[in-house]
Amino acid sequence: MVKVETTKHKMPEQDPKKRIKNFNEVPYGYDKETAIEEAKRCLQCKKKPCTEGCPVEIDIPEFIACIANGEFDKAAEIIKAKSNLPAVCGRVCPYENQCEGMCTVKKISLYAEPVAIGRLERFIADYERNKGVKIPKKSKSTGKKVAVIGSGPAGLTCAGDLAKMGHSVTIFEALHAPGGVLMYGIPEFRLPKEIVNSEVDYIKKLGVEINYDVVVGKTITVDELMEKYDAIFIGTGAGLPRWLRIPGENLDGVYSANEFLTRVNMMKAYKFPEYDTPVKIGKIVATFGAGNVAMDCARTALRLGAEKSYIIYRRSEVEMPARAEEIHHAKEEGVIFKFLTNPVRFIGDEKGILKEAEFIKMRLGEPDESGRRRPIPMENSEFKMKIDTALVAIGQSPNPLIPKTVKGLKIGKHGNIETDENGRTNIPGIFAGGDIATGAATVILAMGAGKKAAKAINKYLKLKK
Amino acid sequence: MYEILEKKVMSETVKLMKIKAPLVAKKAVAGQFIILRIDEKGERIPLTIADYDRKEGTITVIFMEVGKTTKQLGTLKVGDSLLNFAGPLGQPSEIEKYGTVVCSGGGVGIAPLFPIVRELKQAGNYVISILGARNEKLLMLEKEIDEVSDELHICTDDGSKGQKGFVSDVLQKLIDDGKKIDIVWAIGPVIMMKVVANLTKKYDIKTIVNLNPIMVDGTGMCGGCRVLVGGETKFACVDGPEFDGHLVDYDNLMLRNRRFLCQEEEACECTGA
Repeated sequence: MVKVETTKHKMPEQDPKKRIKNFNEVPYGYDKETAIEEAKRCLQCKKKPCTEGCPVEIDIPEFIACIANGEFDKAAEIIKAKSNLPAVCGRVCPYENQCEGMCTVKKISLYAEPVAIGRLERFIADYERNKGVKIPKKSKSTGKKVAVIGSGPAGLTCAGDLAKMGHSVTIFEALHAPGGVLMYGIPEFRLPKEIVNSEVDYIKKLGVEINYDVVVGKTITVDELMEKYDAIFIGTGAGLPRWLRIPGENLDGVYSANEFLTRVNMMKAYKFPEYDTPVKIGKIVATFGAGNVAMDCARTALRLGAEKSYIIYRRSEVEMPARAEEIHHAKEEGVIFKFLTNPVRFIGDEKGILKEAEFIKMRLGEPDESGRRRPIPMENSEFKMKIDTALVAIGQSPNPLIPKTVKGLKIGKHGNIETDENGRTNIPGIFAGGDIATGAATVILAMGAGKKAAKAINKYLKLKK
Repeated sequence: MYEILEKKVMSETVKLMKIKAPLVAKKAVAGQFIILRIDEKGERIPLTIADYDRKEGTITVIFMEVGKTTKQLGTLKVGDSLLNFAGPLGQPSEIEKYGTVVCSGGGVGIAPLFPIVRELKQAGNYVISILGARNEKLLMLEKEIDEVSDELHICTDDGSKGQKGFVSDVLQKLIDDGKKIDIVWAIGPVIMMKVVANLTKKYDIKTIVNLNPIMVDGTGMCGGCRVLVGGETKFACVDGPEFDGHLVDYDNLMLRNRRFLCQEEEACECTGA
């Protein structure tokens, strides 16, 4: 049996008491020495189960071997061969369910921790960015033009890969900034916007052009794009907020997670009045939902000065969909979790400003279609609690703008664009991937979809005369 | 960047700007709006399209200086540029031949009314326009709207021009005089649209209002612009901005439009705007 440390090397972090007063990134990342030590924990399995767990199929043992040898540039090359956004992935991927979940080291004992693949990826991406990113040689120009709609993780990945294959790629972005959810959704303290910008710069250096302020479906239609481009990739994400559908949801003080996070992240309302976009936060903030977006909302609320920040969830702790790391960070920062609790209505004062909410206690019944135990309201368990701000973070649906405006495009039950496993829609030449096809999922799955679609588009363009 | 090609002072606080935005101009129709951002630190604000010229590739907006961004916008000169300008957003007005149409506009709401009047007239309707403002100085586009209307009525709160009273008073008189009206458009301050809609409801005359709530992205993503229409939550940016005036919850809209008043004051103080 090989002898290997059973715990990951710790990544230093900002102290919770200090960090809830700023928007700076929480973990600092490994230094060189720690990264090399951590890399030495890798068993270099021949079967590479970690790579199988990676949606973009990075050769993980290979890049870790390079780190162990101190060959950081080579490690960066190996990662970049598969991932266009490593600094993003190294921060927001749910490694525990993917690469790290498959790691052999984890199987040594019940308590053994996997190799910290996510932290190592982040280390290499940051190392490369600080040093100055190398631009890979492009393939010879094919003369084919591809339009990519949306500059989120799916679109950026697809565009980057297509550019590397020699196609001419133009991204159309509805907003004024690139990155999609990376920019408007994920907070600065979890994914600094400077990092998103530098990843986008890399994509641009590959030759990709980005056009902002173009709302496809309004400014220009997909049919019009079809006349000018040889193929189209749609990656417009899941931007439509879901509501609780309870009385009082339109009171002053109730935000969708999207509105709250867009104001704070993309529009930089946390720097108001230096930046013009305001956000209003009360003393007692309740976030509804328990996914990653909910954790982002509850933690952002604390940083904006909330005295109490609650997560209100209708199921129990074990059913929370957020990543363990996000829940851990939220708890460290003092977010208060109220489980088995569901809101019934919001109540406003005479001016229509939110002042409290009524809740009902839940219990868990038999498993539902999601495999999780179904929450059931308990009779006569209603109670009221004072809240000043409510953030509704119970999920997003696919953005309907494009599905609604493309004639003949096959749409699924949930308003998603239907595709095969390679991102092909029912219309030849139109591909789609990421949340617009699957419904709200993760950054890395969107990137995986963008990657597969890029391969399929390449194949399509080769066959197309 | 989107260059300002023309600027006109319509009244003390209302300004017109013609902006170069060929892609937007190509698609714009009456009833729609745009979202602009002046600079890197600016907020995104929606403005209704007051006119468009596909050949020139321009969009005209008319705005009242009410907050930090509109005040800053008002200081820009011909030749200056806006950083972002996206559109056309929202659903177009449903222009068809209704018969007799009353187009009522209050204050700065007269601006978005103009292309609607023009297109309703082109569709073969008999168009009666009613323009109202607090006083003569705040009235605008009289000549332009007169040219594309069959009848024009003017009113001011203080009687400095036209009839003394509100748009709704003029409309009431038209109804009392036995005018058969098939549909009414009302665009202006929320209270004005509410009063007009309450009036026409009594006579069962279909009424369209054009709402302008607080927005961020304008593409259906944030829900900041949600309004209650017939008890259902709708997004003004993608489902609107025009809605059946008899179904809108105006009180909720007024309340939601006051959401950031304190911050707006703070922003203005900081810049001395």
